[in-house]
Amino acid sequence: MFPRPIQQTSPAAQTLYKVAVPVALILWLLPLLGVALTSVRPASDLAQGNYFGWPSSVAFSNYAEVFTKSPIAGYMLNSFKVTIPTVIGAVALSCMTGFALAVYRFRSNLLVFFMFVAGNFVPFQILMVPVRDLTLNLGMYNTWYGLALFHIAFQTGFCTLFMRNFIKALPFELIEAARVEGVSEWRIFWFVVLPLMRPAIAALSVLIFTFIWNDFFWATVLTTSAETQPITAGLSSLNGQWIAQWHLVSAGSILAALPPVLMFFLMQRHFIAGLTLGAVK
Amino acid sequence: MTAFWKANQRKLAPWLFLAPGLLMFAVYVIGPIFESMWISLYDWDGLGEARWIGTANYVELFDDDAFYTSLKNNVIWLVLYMLAVPAGLLIAIFLNQTITGIRIYKSLFFFPFVISQVVVGLMFSWFYAPDFGLFYKLIEVFTGQGIAILAEDRFVTYGIIAAGLWPQIAYVMILYLTGLNNVAPDQVEAARLDGAKGWRMLWYVILPQLRPATFIAVVVTVIGALRSFDLVSIMTDGGPFGSSRVLSFYMYEQALSEYGYRMGYGAAIAVVLFAIMMVFISGFIWKMWRDETER
Repeated sequence: MFPRPIQQTSPAAQTLYKVAVPVALILWLLPLLGVALTSVRPASDLAQGNYFGWPSSVAFSNYAEVFTKSPIAGYMLNSFKVTIPTVIGAVALSCMTGFALAVYRFRSNLLVFFMFVAGNFVPFQILMVPVRDLTLNLGMYNTWYGLALFHIAFQTGFCTLFMRNFIKALPFELIEAARVEGVSEWRIFWFVVLPLMRPAIAALSVLIFTFIWNDFFWATVLTTSAETQPITAGLSSLNGQWIAQWHLVSAGSILAALPPVLMFFLMQRHFIAGLTLGAVK
Repeated sequence: MTAFWKANQRKLAPWLFLAPGLLMFAVYVIGPIFESMWISLYDWDGLGEARWIGTANYVELFDDDAFYTSLKNNVIWLVLYMLAVPAGLLIAIFLNQTITGIRIYKSLFFFPFVISQVVVGLMFSWFYAPDFGLFYKLIEVFTGQGIAILAEDRFVTYGIIAAGLWPQIAYVMILYLTGLNNVAPDQVEAARLDGAKGWRMLWYVILPQLRPATFIAVVVTVIGALRSFDLVSIMTDGGPFGSSRVLSFYMYEQALSEYGYRMGYGAAIAVVLFAIMMVFISGFIWKMWRDETER
């Protein structure tokens, strides 16, 4: 193990380490803690210049105010409307593309695979004008499904990379055995491979959920009104309206951060497996 | 028909499995890349008739100061963003212990990456806010004069990059933590018996084993640096006086904001950014291709 386990060092060093970790954590999360504290700080504190001291009272009313005085509930609903179909769509498509690229040998296999990989890395801006135009022409501009459709297509690149590597690591004998038995290719996919892909599907789902929930660029390009904007774009426009009302901005920020944070805590193991692109096992 | 299917199933099946995903990807990703290159040769406001102007958009870029500012900032982003790699490794090494509760600590350290960049941007704006921001106060205590980071064209880009580094370091840290978990213990013990420790151990024994993690860390950091848009848009909207623009933001500004709808010019900026990123993407693909075909 590297570095040397702390248990092998002197008791003083061990104590020091046990103190250093939480202290480092607090310093690391200082911006987050500050915002969390501000989100429950009464507006009167800010007016009196009490920005960093202990709040004079805990004002959960800030959250109530955000919900009643802004369309934030609608923004969050829109985020779910975009995110959930994207997760389902991208995972479904990539199960199939990943299967095709991992199991079959054909001449353009690697070419198709690397096209997905490369496409996943391109800057969004090179897609912006044509995608916006396409969405307009399809009559899907400023709708949740227009945005979701693009996300599904784009995320398929990353998901294919992940799924293909995952399936490639499965024992190929299973598929061979099924073929010898005369099982059709579709049934091999459905009954042999798909059940084994559950961990990969879980990992990708949490990861794509977070990516899409946190997307800001495409939300601003493809949606414009409060009825359709997801939370990231919504929060940005609220920030423009709430100038210097930091208690509201903070409460809104915490709300926007909550769903992915919960997702991460509930599905932590899967999440981390997904981030390493399946390469660092 | 069934006979044909039976005979050719194995040949057709991959293409049938690929069809839906490939179609979507072609329509929304591959096609638009070439379309953008095409549009960059036109003068177009996104609504009316597009007018062919050849390379005029690119010629204009050559004399555009805002373009050079963005390009320069992109380089700064790229260079400073790479700090996430050693910093992430450092934190990973710091946390790679087994004391009670370490799992919770690790996930809390990872927190910034899970949060939207919009929220990260707002947090740091508040952190930097003139007169009352914590960072402003700290500078005031040490130098007697606070600095409004986001309003100073000398510092603004660095301020935004610091905000971007926060989640990026967390990402790299998790990659290295997973990597450190898989370092062969017998090799470490053997090296220890040979008297290796500290830096030499890290450099000669640990880092070579962490190469897959380092590769992914570099890839996601380079891509992340060049994709930076959210933070610039949220924290400064490119200001003050356009001094914190990056190419991705400048492209958006030209093509789709109150400054006008110059789709052709925007597309030209996007093509330049694409070309820069393609240099890196080709490098990554080349390495992955080599690993793939060697196997």
